[in-house]
Amino acid sequence: MASRRRDKHLLPGFGLTLGVTMTYLGIIVLLPILAMLLKTGALGWEQFWRIATAPRTLAAYRITFGSAAIATLFNGAFGLLLAWVLVRYEFPGRRLLDALVDLPFALPTAVAGLTLVTLFSANGWYGQLLEPLGLAVNYTQAGIVVAMTFTSIPFVVRTVQPVLEDLEGDLEEAAWTLGASRLQVFTRVIWPTILPAFITGCVLSFARSLGEFGAVVFIAGNLPGLTEIVSLLIYIRLDEYNYPAAAALASILLGVAFLTLLATNLLQGWQLRYVERRK
Amino acid sequence: MTDSAAAKRRPGPVGRLLIGVALLGALLTLVVPLAAIFAFALREGLGVYFANILEPNTVHAIWLTGLTALVVLPINIGFGICAAWAVTRFRFPGRQVLITLIDIPFSVSPIVAGVAYLFLYGAQGLLGPALQGAGIQLMFTVFAIILVSLFVTAPFVARELIPLMQQQGSEDEEAALSLGANGWQMFRYVTLPNIRWALVYGAVLCNARVMGEFGAVSVVSGAIRGRTNTLPLQISLLFNDFNIAGAFAAASTLALLAVVTLVLKSALEASGWR
Repeated sequence: MASRRRDKHLLPGFGLTLGVTMTYLGIIVLLPILAMLLKTGALGWEQFWRIATAPRTLAAYRITFGSAAIATLFNGAFGLLLAWVLVRYEFPGRRLLDALVDLPFALPTAVAGLTLVTLFSANGWYGQLLEPLGLAVNYTQAGIVVAMTFTSIPFVVRTVQPVLEDLEGDLEEAAWTLGASRLQVFTRVIWPTILPAFITGCVLSFARSLGEFGAVVFIAGNLPGLTEIVSLLIYIRLDEYNYPAAAALASILLGVAFLTLLATNLLQGWQLRYVERRK
Repeated sequence: MTDSAAAKRRPGPVGRLLIGVALLGALLTLVVPLAAIFAFALREGLGVYFANILEPNTVHAIWLTGLTALVVLPINIGFGICAAWAVTRFRFPGRQVLITLIDIPFSVSPIVAGVAYLFLYGAQGLLGPALQGAGIQLMFTVFAIILVSLFVTAPFVARELIPLMQQQGSEDEEAALSLGANGWQMFRYVTLPNIRWALVYGAVLCNARVMGEFGAVSVVSGAIRGRTNTLPLQISLLFNDFNIAGAFAAASTLALLAVVTLVLKSALEASGWR
């Protein structure tokens, strides 16, 4: 890049904007996180470990991670389908569908939770269809999965869609001319190209599901050991004035968030290299 | 997302099947829930609906949510512009780290954000005793709601501006300076027009998130009826009171906001800057 070689003080505002950015990030983002980590650090390793491995904590992690994994699996498949259909075909309602995909991002999670619990209640629109089949969603783990699924629908669609759009047609045509079947074109040409974006979308979707709170608390019923997610356990510990436990649990969730941030950064690097190599 | 060079074609049999499954999925997961909100809110007629919305605690929650957005939005727009200017117009050590730091609030669970603020400003927090000594109560007030909202939505504007400004480069701005513009004139007449749509786009998304934030706000607000209850908290309170019609009436205002957000977003994307 040419700008790399330019005198960096040619443009004005370096000190001002960098100063404002760092001060603001320091006060608004880093200081509270630091305070929480200090609180956790004060616990000592032994107490931290006891909180982190308590049966109720482990159950909450199992439920949270398990539900997030199922939600991500669904959204991986559904998101890929939506992205494919939106990019590849022209059909009535395509633009509307494209806009609607972002609804879960635009709709507050409390509204989503309220709506889902009402839809799946015994006499709700969905509940009355499922109840005769013996399928209960509200106040079960299925409810958690439903809530997590709804709130993370857009991730895979929005990461895969631009890559599919940029996919050069000539590559596919070449494969066609060389006698590749439809399936071969997809598995050998298209799939390897969209894979990094697809995985990035899945990681983002999984991370969002791990941290989801608003939608889940409405529908989960919040029974310890059965439908209690980590975010809710943190909330309950705060309510009980058990601050050490809340700090420890929140710090673990923060650690997981950092890992996903790291993972998505690495994945984006992989994707960039992939794109460069193909050019 | 704009239409791309990738040729769209009329679907064959397989294509029609895929489109059918996608539309059915979208109907069940997106359209029905959205329609249900308004159906449930209006089920007992317009009179009851408006009575529910005009219930004093709900009106207060709407006001508080609006106030929070009014304070948070300009601050995070300012921050977004500063951050984007700093990381796209200059090279400095730690630049990549700074870009990652800006993204932190995106990957942190809102509950964690709330807990972090509690351990900073709360009675048992890092600065709690000092604040208490000075007679300042931050937690469980409007200020706490505003602070966590600033945290949660800090990256929204910045992350729209950074890729755009990176791609645009600084030639226009350098030209303006060499023609004798001062820093403010350069920003006002060159930078701002170049980034205005991305700025609006980021602000629209930021606003939706501020008004809808639940987890972080529920930790620090204390949820005192008629005092520190934002609209999402009010929905939860009404729901727990078994006032379903009231909850949906309150929810419909936020659902309307979501619809407006989606319309603005599509319009901005169709305008072609993305």
